[in-house]
Amino acid sequence: MFLNSIQEFFSALGHYGFLQSALVTAVMVGIMSGIIGSFIILRGMSLMGDAISHSVLPGVAVAYILGINIVFGASLFGILAAGLIGVVATKSKLKSDTAIGVVFSAFYALGFILISMAESSTNLHHILFGNILAVSDSDLITTAIVLAIVIAFVVFFYKELLITSFDNNYAKSYGLNTNLIHYGLMLVLTLVTVSALQTVGIILVVAMLVTPAATAFLWTNRLHKMLVLAAIFGVISSIVGLYFSYTFNWASGPAIVITAAAMFLVSFIFSPKQGFVFKEKY
Amino acid sequence: MLRVEDLTVSYGSNMIFKDLAVDFRPGKITGIIGPNGAGKSTLIKSILGMIKKNAGSATLDGQELSKNLTKVAYVEQRKDIDLAFPINVFEVVLSGSYSRLGLFKDAGKKEKAEALEALAQVNLSEFKNRQIGNLSGGQLQRVFVARAIVQQAEVVILDEPFVGIDMKSEKQIMDILKSWRDSGKIIIVVHHDLNKVNDYFDDLLIMNHGVVAMGPVAETYNQTNIQKAFSADLSAVLFA
Repeated sequence: MFLNSIQEFFSALGHYGFLQSALVTAVMVGIMSGIIGSFIILRGMSLMGDAISHSVLPGVAVAYILGINIVFGASLFGILAAGLIGVVATKSKLKSDTAIGVVFSAFYALGFILISMAESSTNLHHILFGNILAVSDSDLITTAIVLAIVIAFVVFFYKELLITSFDNNYAKSYGLNTNLIHYGLMLVLTLVTVSALQTVGIILVVAMLVTPAATAFLWTNRLHKMLVLAAIFGVISSIVGLYFSYTFNWASGPAIVITAAAMFLVSFIFSPKQGFVFKEKY
Repeated sequence: MLRVEDLTVSYGSNMIFKDLAVDFRPGKITGIIGPNGAGKSTLIKSILGMIKKNAGSATLDGQELSKNLTKVAYVEQRKDIDLAFPINVFEVVLSGSYSRLGLFKDAGKKEKAEALEALAQVNLSEFKNRQIGNLSGGQLQRVFVARAIVQQAEVVILDEPFVGIDMKSEKQIMDILKSWRDSGKIIIVVHHDLNKVNDYFDDLLIMNHGVVAMGPVAETYNQTNIQKAFSADLSAVLFA
């Protein structure tokens, strides 16, 4: 029965343009979220990733109201949230997770209000949970551009991303502008969030950032390998999730995220780094 | 000469030190000692511009240090390092070349050769592919000294380099510091073990929320100064 449904999925892929667009988008989102997610988890910023992804909601609403590309609205609010979190955390004695909690919940709430003013409740459901089967051609192009930006960012700033993630104090000590790298990463993160929003929805974007990267972390001790593995795990979860979504009519977001989580579970048990089943050698 | 003038740093309303002035001489190893919370790490972090100073300046041969940070190598406390990070020994040492390379330029053959050479100098060649969490404390400290070697800096600042490491590593690191000194570099070491002050340092800065004493070890390391910075009991034991 499984074989049948897989065959059916692939034959549908051959016939339906919307499914092809969905697959290509899902693969691209899997790659970019795996790569950026790796830096997010290594910098201990999983909560920040969650916060930024929620904070773009008012930007999405504003973009709908003004009829502009959601990338612009979302980026603006994503960066604004990152900046505000920075201000609250540095200008008060509050811990940064508190600053994150205050700012992102406010942005999220503002987003709901703006969306209800825009009167597009069907869109809201798609924004929250993802609707990859409704990806438009322009969404596809936007996603491709974001993927190009992500790859360029990581290639050009690889050593700066490596050293600020590993040893931010050292990077500061030789005069590297670590704030610039931080906010650059936050900007790219908001772009990834906007793309991932189509496949998994705002609520589960953090899972796409964190889970494939965490899975990759369990299998390697080198950053560049982790980036590649995280991208591969992201792609696999996207494709398998899309299959489940199409075949059983599940929402695409949960289908993709559950697949990613299943891969994490297997890795958690079997990876040599964990050492439950196989021991690491060096 | 690394000259610190009128340096004032506070955390909120908590004054760490005020109008601090010291000179660090080239060709000398200067130890910084003082009780916990005396402001030792704060001093070096503010010299490096890593934390904000309220007032004052740090200049290297008359030039503002914060604009010449590539001339400084900083070896931070090991406890601040993420030991689980996916990076191996060789990559850490190679990152010593990043300050020279600047943006958009990757480490090439020359930098990689320098990193291997530095690893050989600290006797860690065989560990070059090992993830850094799988090293002893002494080995890890030598990795960071090797990174400082690759930086080829005029000033080397080490924060508590000898905490929790084996004697062999400590001696190797000390030998490297001495060879740096003999080539005319400025070496600054934040230190906790008062027993070795005479063996390790040429100059000594004794701190307790400001300068208690600064100068050649023979002139500064005495019962009066230690009593001022630490306690009468400690100074009595050390100089009994």
